[in-house]
Amino acid sequence: MAEISRQTSQNRTGQSLGEIAMVPVRLAMGVIDAPLRWVQKKFGLGGMAVFFLLPNMLIFGIFVLLPFFINFAYSMTGGTALFLSDRTFVGADQYSRLFDCSNYANPNTCAEDTFWTAVGNTGWFVILQVTLMIAVSLITALILNRDLMARSFWRAVFFFPVLLSPVVVGLIWKWILQRQGLLNFGLFGFGFDPHVWLNDRNWAFAATVGVSIWAHMGFYTLIILAGLQAIPKDLYEAAEMDGTRAMRVFSRITLPLLMPNLLVVIVLVLIRAVQIFDEVYVLTGGGPGTSTLFVTQYIYETGFAAQLRNPGLAAAASILMGLVLVVLTLVQLGLSRSRDKKGARK
Amino acid sequence: MSRAIEFVFRRRGGKGWHWTDIVTWVWLIVGLFVMFGPAVWLTASSFKSPAALAEFPPTILPYVTQKVTVEGYDKPLDLYTATLEDGSTATLAEVRRIGTVSQMVYPEKPAEIVKVNIAKRTPVRQMSFATENYTEPFTHFDFVRYLWNSVFVTVTATLITLVVNSMAAFALSKYEFRGRTFAMLLILATLMVPLSVIMVPLYSIVSALGLFNNLWGVILPTVATPTGVFILRQYMLTIPDELLDAARMDKASEWQIYWRIILPLTAPALAVLAIFSVVWRWNDFLWPLIVLSRKELYTLQVGLSIYSGELNVQWHFILAMTVVTMIPVVLVFLFLQRFITTGIAGTGLK
Amino acid sequence: MTRTRTMLAAFAVGLLTSTAALAGDVRIMWYSDGIEGEVLKDLIDRFMKDNPDIKVTIDNVSYSVVREQLPVQLEAGDGPDIARVTNLKALSKHWLDLRPLVADAAYWDKNFGDQADWMRPDGTDQISGFMTQITLTGGFANKTLFEQAGVALPGKDATWDDWAKAAKQVAESQQIPFPMALDRSGHRITAPDIAFGANYIGADGKPAPLDEGSKAFISKFIGWIEDGTMSKDVWVSAAGSTYRAGADDFINGQVAFYYSGSWQVPNFSTKIGSNFDWVATGSPCGPANCTGMPGGAGLVAIKYTKNPKDVAKVMDYLASEPVVKEFSERTLFLPAHKGVIEKGLDFKTDDAQAKTALGIFVTATTSLADLARKLPGWPWSDTIYGALVTRVSQAAAGEMTLDEAYSRIDADIAAKVKDSAL
Repeated sequence: MAEISRQTSQNRTGQSLGEIAMVPVRLAMGVIDAPLRWVQKKFGLGGMAVFFLLPNMLIFGIFVLLPFFINFAYSMTGGTALFLSDRTFVGADQYSRLFDCSNYANPNTCAEDTFWTAVGNTGWFVILQVTLMIAVSLITALILNRDLMARSFWRAVFFFPVLLSPVVVGLIWKWILQRQGLLNFGLFGFGFDPHVWLNDRNWAFAATVGVSIWAHMGFYTLIILAGLQAIPKDLYEAAEMDGTRAMRVFSRITLPLLMPNLLVVIVLVLIRAVQIFDEVYVLTGGGPGTSTLFVTQYIYETGFAAQLRNPGLAAAASILMGLVLVVLTLVQLGLSRSRDKKGARK
Repeated sequence: MSRAIEFVFRRRGGKGWHWTDIVTWVWLIVGLFVMFGPAVWLTASSFKSPAALAEFPPTILPYVTQKVTVEGYDKPLDLYTATLEDGSTATLAEVRRIGTVSQMVYPEKPAEIVKVNIAKRTPVRQMSFATENYTEPFTHFDFVRYLWNSVFVTVTATLITLVVNSMAAFALSKYEFRGRTFAMLLILATLMVPLSVIMVPLYSIVSALGLFNNLWGVILPTVATPTGVFILRQYMLTIPDELLDAARMDKASEWQIYWRIILPLTAPALAVLAIFSVVWRWNDFLWPLIVLSRKELYTLQVGLSIYSGELNVQWHFILAMTVVTMIPVVLVFLFLQRFITTGIAGTGLK
Repeated sequence: MTRTRTMLAAFAVGLLTSTAALAGDVRIMWYSDGIEGEVLKDLIDRFMKDNPDIKVTIDNVSYSVVREQLPVQLEAGDGPDIARVTNLKALSKHWLDLRPLVADAAYWDKNFGDQADWMRPDGTDQISGFMTQITLTGGFANKTLFEQAGVALPGKDATWDDWAKAAKQVAESQQIPFPMALDRSGHRITAPDIAFGANYIGADGKPAPLDEGSKAFISKFIGWIEDGTMSKDVWVSAAGSTYRAGADDFINGQVAFYYSGSWQVPNFSTKIGSNFDWVATGSPCGPANCTGMPGGAGLVAIKYTKNPKDVAKVMDYLASEPVVKEFSERTLFLPAHKGVIEKGLDFKTDDAQAKTALGIFVTATTSLADLARKLPGWPWSDTIYGALVTRVSQAAAGEMTLDEAYSRIDADIAAKVKDSAL
C-alpha cells in the first residue's frame, strides 16, 4: 500500500519537474518536427532509429570509443611522444614487458613489479569490497525496511556521502586518519598513543576498503531496499503466524526474493571496485610503500603523471584491465539473462 | 515526553525489546555519527588557523592563544597560565622566551619580569574562527567566475546528457533494427572504462579538436554517459508498446511520440539521471584540471586545487574551499533527498 | 535537432575565438607554495599600469598541473606564454630563446648566467628565463629540544652520524617519536648521497649505475629507519615518486633534526611562531663533502607563444634588479640574481630566527659540491630522483631488501633511458 502511494506521488513530482524543463524546449521541438516527418517518410522507422541514436553515438564515438581504439594503437608503440604519429611501432613489446616475470607466483620477479603488485592489491580490494559492501548495505537496508520512526531521514543519513566527490571523500578521511586527526584525538582521550593509520600497511588497506564502502554504500542500500519493499508483506505475516524464527525468515524468504537486486549490486560493486582510483589517490597516494597501489593509479602514473611518461605501457595495462572488465560484463549479462529466463518480476 | 520516546523507540509488534530492535538502534546511531561526523569534522577544521591545523592533540573547535596588550610593549603578548616557584599559579604575559626559560610579566604590572620554565606554562586559549580561510580566497580569486563556470558546465552537460541519452535510449528500447544488440553491448562495455585509463588518447583528441582550454572540452566528453542510456532504456522498456502503436494510428510522427509520450512517461527516471548528472558534473575534478588551465575558465573544483604547491600545501584554504564546494551538494541533498532516494528505487535500477 | 547541433558547433567556435590569443596578451602559469602568487600579482599590476598595451594574466594552478599536465600541453603545442617550472632541463626544448628579444642580453648573462644552463637545451647559449628562487637543501634543528635534553648542537662540520647520535639522545631524553626526518624526495636524498661520494653521471653523459657512494648512504638511511632514528612515516606515506614533506612533525616539535631546505623558512616562521627555537644547520657532512643540493623554480618563456616581443618585455621587467629584490624580500626566497645577492637583501620579516636561517642558507650556497651544481642542469636528474624515491620507500616499508631496491633502481632508470631513445 505504502509502496503504491509513494510511487504515484513520485510520478507526479517527476512530471511537474519535467513539465517546467520542457517549456522552452516545446517550441523548438515543434519546429524540428517538420523536417523529421520528411526523414521518416524517406527512410522509414529504421532511419528514425538511426536519427535517435546518432547524437549520442557520435559523441560517444568521438570521446569514448575513439580514445579506446587509439589506446589500443598506443599499446603497440613505444617512446614518450604524445601523438600517435610520432610514436614508434614496437608490436607486442609492451605486453611482453608486462608479462616478463621469472616466477609468476611472485610479482617481485617481474620486470614491471609494480603493475603486478597493483593487480594483486586490486584483486584483494575487489574481494573485500564486494563482500563487505554487500554485507553492510544489506544490513542497513534490512534495518531501514523496518517500521521505523523518520525512515526517510535515516535513509538520507546513509545516502549522504554518495553525493560527495571522490576528492572530498579522500580529503575528509585523510583529515580524520592522519596523525593530528579525529581518530587519534579520540584515542588520545583514552590514553592511547597517536598512530599514523595510513602509514600502516594493513590499516591503510583497510581504510581504502572502509572509505569506499562509506562513500558508496548508500546507493546500494537503496537498490536493495527497493527489492525488500517489493517482497509481499503477507509472506512475512504468514511466517510470523507460524512462529518462524527471524533468521529463518531471512534465509528462506528475504534472501531468495532479493537475489535479483543483489546480483545487480554485486556486479556494480565489482566494476566500481576494479576501477577504484580517485578517493584512494587522495587518501593514501598508493602508500605505504605500494600497499594501496591499484591498477588504475598505476596506469595513470605510468601514462600521464610520471616525469618520463610511457603511454604505451600504460595503454597495454589498460587494455588488459579492459579485458577483465569485459569478462565481468559478459558474466553480468549471462546472469541477468538467466534471471530473465526464470521469469523474474520484471 | 515519555510518550514521544516511546513513539521514537516503537518496537517491532510492540512485544517488548527484541534483539533486532537493539541492533537496529545501535546501527542507526553509529551510522549517524560515522556518516555525518567526518563532514562535520572537516567543516570544523576549516575554521582553524594554519598553526592550529598542525597541532596535536587537535581541538574540536578552533582555539588560538589569547593575547593581551601590555603597557610598554608594541605588540600584544601571549597569555599563559604559569606555575610559579612557590607552587601557585598565575596568569602571565610572555615577553620573550630564551631557550627553555620564558620571561613573563603580570599584565597589570609590566615592569616586573618573572622567569618561568617553559614546561611550567600553558597558554590561555580562546575560541576564534579563522574566517580569513574563506574570505581571502574570495578576495584574491575570481570566485564568482569559477562559480559561473561550474554552473555553466553542470547545467549544459546535464541538459545535453538528458537529450542525447533519452533519444538513444528510445531507439534502443522501442525500435527493432540491425545492430541494436551490438550498440547496446558497446555502450555497456564502455560503462566500465574509467576516464583515468583513456586520459592520454582523450587528451590528444580534445586538443586536436581545438577544445583545449575551452569549457566544451569539459562538457562534451562526459555527456554520452553509458549509465544514463542504461537507466533510461531500462525504464522505457516498461512503457507498453501499445501506447506507441495507438499514437501511430493517430498519425503522430516518431519525433512526436518521443517527446509527447516517451519523455513525459520517463520523467521519474530522467529526473534521477538529471540529479546524478548535476552531482557528477559538479564534482568532476581530474578532467577539468587537465583541460582548463586558464583562470577565467576554472571551475570551482579546479580553483580549489591551486593551493597545492610544490613544497607546501595550504591546507587551511583547501579545507575552507572544499566546504564551499560541498554547500550546493548539501543543498541538493536537503531539498531533494526524499525525491532522490525514492527515485532510485523507482527507476530501472531494480 | 541537427540545427541545435549546428548552433552548438557555432557556439563552440565562438568560444574558441574568444579565448584565442590577442596581440598584447601574455599568460603566466604560476603555482604557489605560499604568498608568492600575491606578490607577483602586485608586481604585474604595476607593470601593466606602465604598459597599458600589454595584458598579463596570471593563471594560478596547483603544482601538480605544472608537473603533470604542462608537459603534455607543451607536447601538443598548447600551453601558456610564460610558466613557473621546476623540471626545467627535461622540458628545455619547449622554451623560447629570449636572447634576441630582451633589451640587454649581457645583463641576463651576468646576473643569471650561473643557472642559465639549467634551463636550456645542451650546447646552446639560449636565454630561456631566470630562476624565481634558488632553493638549497639543508637541516633544521629544534634548538629548544636540544637545550631541554642538555645535548649540545653539533657544530658546523658535524657529520650525518654526529647528528644522528645527538638527535637520538635528544629524542630519548625528551620522549619525542622521531629523532630525525627527511623529506620524501629524490632531490633531498641526493644531497647526502653526494656527501657520501655518489656520482650519478656516467662517462657517456647518461645515468651511471648506482655506485658505492649512493649505496653507502641509502643503506645507512634504511638502517636508521629500521632502528627508529629516522622517521619512517614520511617515506612510506605514498607510492611512486610522490613528494611528501616531513615539515608538520617538525612544526609540532616531534622531530629533533629535520632535513629539508630553504623554502621551509617562511613556513616555519608562520607556523612555529614562538612555540620553540629552531635553527638552520646547513648540510651535515659525509665522508666526501658537506654539500647541499641546489634547486628551485624558474620562470621560462615558451616558444609556442604568439607574442614573443611582449613576453620578452614581461620577462625583462620581472628579471630587473629592483623587481627581483622586492620579490625575494617579500617572499623570503633566496634570489638567483647576482647583483641582488652582492648588494644584500633585507628580508621583510620580523622573525629574527627566520632572518638568521636565511642568512645561513645564503652562505651555504657558496660551498656546494661540483656534482650538486651540475645535477639541476642534467636532463636525467628527475629520472634518477623518481627511481630513488620509489624504491627506497619500498625498502623503507619493508617490501624489498636493500639489494633488490638497488637493482630495481638501476632497472627502472635503464628502462626509462631505453624508452626515451625510441
